[in-house]
Amino acid sequence: MNNLLVLLRKEFTLELRRQSVISGIALYLFSLVFICYLTFNLRSNAINQATWSALFWLVILFSAVNSVAKSFIGEKPGTFIYLYMTTDAHSIIISRIVYNFLLCAVLSLAGYGLFVLFMNDPVLDHPVFLAGLFLTSLGFASSLCLISGIAAKARNSTVVMAVLSFPVIIGILLMAIRITNNALDGLESAASKDEILNLLGINLISGALAYLLFPYIWRS
Amino acid sequence: MKSWLKLTGVFLLLYTHTGGLLFDVPRLSILNETIRALYFHVPMWFGMVFLYCISIYYAIRYLKNPTEDHDVRSVEFAHVGTAFGILGILTGMLWANYTWGSPWHGDPKQNGAAITLLVYLAYFVLRGSLENQEQRARLSAVYNIFAFAAMIPLIFIIPRLQSSMHPGSGGNPGFNIYDLHSSMRIVFYPAIVGWLLIGYWISTLRIRIRILQNKTIES
Repeated sequence: MNNLLVLLRKEFTLELRRQSVISGIALYLFSLVFICYLTFNLRSNAINQATWSALFWLVILFSAVNSVAKSFIGEKPGTFIYLYMTTDAHSIIISRIVYNFLLCAVLSLAGYGLFVLFMNDPVLDHPVFLAGLFLTSLGFASSLCLISGIAAKARNSTVVMAVLSFPVIIGILLMAIRITNNALDGLESAASKDEILNLLGINLISGALAYLLFPYIWRS
Repeated sequence: MKSWLKLTGVFLLLYTHTGGLLFDVPRLSILNETIRALYFHVPMWFGMVFLYCISIYYAIRYLKNPTEDHDVRSVEFAHVGTAFGILGILTGMLWANYTWGSPWHGDPKQNGAAITLLVYLAYFVLRGSLENQEQRARLSAVYNIFAFAAMIPLIFIIPRLQSSMHPGSGGNPGFNIYDLHSSMRIVFYPAIVGWLLIGYWISTLRIRIRILQNKTIES
């Protein structure tokens, strides 16, 4: 438990110190939203709900995959050896997942805020929408962290990362899009209950798998 | 693999092909005679899931006890399982073309099956991109477990939640009303067993070839 807290603190301080990564992701997010705004708002009222939902999730998906991919792939070998000698594999993967979950959640909220700023806010049921956002961030973080750990050892790791992560993300994204559509249509919260439970289930499975399988990846 | 199992598999498949095409089948609206595709399309999927189960079993055994034999078995069962999956999608597209109107209908089970095949194809891409043999075996065993866990919700859970044209999901009656008619059961159940046996046989042949290849490479 102590290890976990120390590792978490180390992740945060490193990220805040090495500002280039966070600002890179923030700039990427902002550029994506701005391009959407320019493309679709030159004619007024060109965005309907389906377009808003699709654009939103495209932006969030690409920003999230890019930011979590850097989790293991960019690390130098020296860091790995140091971590291998000092802590156990479970603390590493849990701290990475928690850190990436917070990063994805902040990313999604920032993306949502930017979307509201540039285009209107069609969301009618905020609690359901935000619950969907957080569960999707957790799903992205846990599955992408594990995949990033696997891809880091491969030869052309960015390509392998993209290939491996895409199918896994689809299940999570399907549920997220359905929740968003329900929230946009203004259906009552119970209509999204199935999808939220499904997301919770997927998160539990991918979290448990990441926890169990990471020590095997870590060994080399 | 025991010879009598091989002979049984061959005989059952010959029986499936002749009986499937010649015996009587119940006439249902829209489906008419195409319901015979049941003997070929559905056992492909059962075979795929069965072979993937064996593949993940050997992947778990590899992680507990890393021997090359477990790794080879895990990969080759995944290979044949993927082949069955591709055949399943092709037979499904052929069947859909005549009953639903177009080969790719956007049906959730079709999409889920396609994504599952993508997941397992990514498994083979991963294996190709790792050079160190021990690392390759270990990481692909981990991904195999992950892929199997991804397959379960994609094929079994998500399609049942959505409205779909496949029987058994979204309000369509399950397959029970089709094979309650005993004329279909007498071909359907042997078909499943026959395809499973043949799939297992092909995998064992591939395993033996792979082991011999590895031996010649090493020596």
